[in-house]
Amino acid sequence: MTTTLPAPAPRDDGPAARPGVTKGIRPTWTGRLRVRAVKALPPDKLLPDTQPAYVASWIYVFGALTLAAFAVVVLSGAVIALKGPAWWHVSSIGLFFNSMHLWSTELFFFFMVVHLWGKFFMAAWRGRRRATWVTGVLAFAASIATAFTGYLSQQNFDSEWISTQAKDGINATGAGAFWNVLNFGQMLMWHIVLLPAVVGLFIGVHVLLVRRRGVVPPFADDRAGGPAAAAASVAGPGVGQGAPAAGLFEEHTPSSRETAQ
Amino acid sequence: MSPRRFKPDRDVTEWTGPVARYDLAKEVTISFVVVLLLVIAFAAIFSSPDDHPVTLKSWATAMPVDFVQTAVTELDGTSPTATYGPPYNETPGAGQKIGPVSLARLAGVHIPINTTEDFVIKPLLTLPNAPALDSQVSRYESAGVAQRTSWDAAYEKAIAAASFPGYLKVPSGRYGPVGVMMTNLLAMARSGALDGALLSSPQLYGTDYTKPLLFIADGSYMSDLAANLHLQGDQWGMMNETGNFPGQAWLWLYTMWYQVPPFNTSSSGDALVWAVMMLLTLVLILVPFIPGLRSIPRWVRIYRLIWRRHYRSVTTEAT
Amino acid sequence: MPALVAALINLSHPGRYVHWGFIQLSVANLVVIALMILVFVLAIALPFPHGKRARR
Repeated sequence: MTTTLPAPAPRDDGPAARPGVTKGIRPTWTGRLRVRAVKALPPDKLLPDTQPAYVASWIYVFGALTLAAFAVVVLSGAVIALKGPAWWHVSSIGLFFNSMHLWSTELFFFFMVVHLWGKFFMAAWRGRRRATWVTGVLAFAASIATAFTGYLSQQNFDSEWISTQAKDGINATGAGAFWNVLNFGQMLMWHIVLLPAVVGLFIGVHVLLVRRRGVVPPFADDRAGGPAAAAASVAGPGVGQGAPAAGLFEEHTPSSRETAQ
Repeated sequence: MSPRRFKPDRDVTEWTGPVARYDLAKEVTISFVVVLLLVIAFAAIFSSPDDHPVTLKSWATAMPVDFVQTAVTELDGTSPTATYGPPYNETPGAGQKIGPVSLARLAGVHIPINTTEDFVIKPLLTLPNAPALDSQVSRYESAGVAQRTSWDAAYEKAIAAASFPGYLKVPSGRYGPVGVMMTNLLAMARSGALDGALLSSPQLYGTDYTKPLLFIADGSYMSDLAANLHLQGDQWGMMNETGNFPGQAWLWLYTMWYQVPPFNTSSSGDALVWAVMMLLTLVLILVPFIPGLRSIPRWVRIYRLIWRRHYRSVTTEAT
Repeated sequence: MPALVAALINLSHPGRYVHWGFIQLSVANLVVIALMILVFVLAIALPFPHGKRARR
């Protein structure tokens, strides 16, 4: 809604109007949303041009590679969607895009699994990053369901064999009463609309959480580096990536960290 | 909020040390180009598999006797689909269980299928200009249960010794109208008409293949083809693809359970495997919350290699 | 199959499988899994190009 004229008499917002909220108007939902969003993810945190010095390993590129493979999966699927599900059986161009769709899916899972191994061995959930891990695993699970419905949407021997086999598992959970893997139309809809949206949503939240919380720091390793190493990792120069904040998942304070040593 | 004890597998002291130039947008862009080129190369070099589906027509053409042997079990209600239970029909005792609970039974019958009617009688009645067949179908439908059972049993016995020297040759027996019905159903299947009849929907347009797929899955033809392609459940088939293509390697754990007891011997194997996999998925989701499990990375110390430059630099700075 | 572009390497011939005890694996899946492990090891082992340290 835009009600601009005449300018309303400035409301008394108190001596210090909330930062980020336009002065002189009553706070709007939109304004509040903006304030919250910018506070959670200021531009230099959303798109940083530096990373902590410990971010120096090829293992870190597998998140980006997974995202890239996801993009190719979506794009090749979109091309197939232009002509419909039967196109690739009768056209060499269609077959090529189907091949791209298959191989990008293989690469997507390949990179995602390497990414998952890497994040596991870094214990990347530490320090209020549990939600990042959880959304990542949920994206993985939703991807498996999406790939499964893709196999069912191929209209070939694979589809009929996989659907007639998988029905027993799905039926055993009770879900088969509502989610009929033998119904091609239903499975195609899930494959090209519902499940990609779910995967995209989980990936989106996951990436925003990564940006919000930053890349997990190394273990302050007493055994190898000695007390000095631990000290270096808590008291390096610079203003830091963000003050230790208290919140749902963060229940320690720096002082408690030092007493624990 | 009173500060809790610092746990190294849960908590960190956030980094306040040096930072380095790192170009995320460039990384993502280069990743995209590299992946796109890889995918184009793979697609051009390896293409993708596309094995023809089995149809009722191809099955009845390749294995006519197997088709009729299956069809008569659809008629007399002894086929796997006819006795499946929920969600397709009510069959006492059917439906897999986890302990005492059958989720399938709780969900109930939502895709009702009566194989006698849906797979045999209704398709036969779509055949035009077949008064002789129609009268045999009426005779079967109006007969009592005992009479029908006796005809069905006689035909099942006869079809076990049948052959197909260009036509269906069944030893004679007291199977009443069943012989004519089965001969016509086979002819219908071999012409392709049965594929269409099982799809028929009141709206003309159809996308639901439940009936033909269940019928085909009751026979041996598709299953034999799948066994040759290493796709059977007991061949770790869930992670395999036709030909030499890689399959769904990410299903390794799910398909593994089907190879070992008690899952591969239980009549509720699917329900048990699903229960285990749902539990394990939950465990994977909750790794950060599970003491012991979340300590594994600290114990195996692979992180020392990943962050070796960092640990080297903190030791040098310390000395 | 109409207009099938011949793949440079045809993977559509009968699959090959390896058996170890109760484990059966297609050679194609085995290659994929081996590559995943190899890539994981290389990603950790290979040195990452240095970024210039920036003090803030």
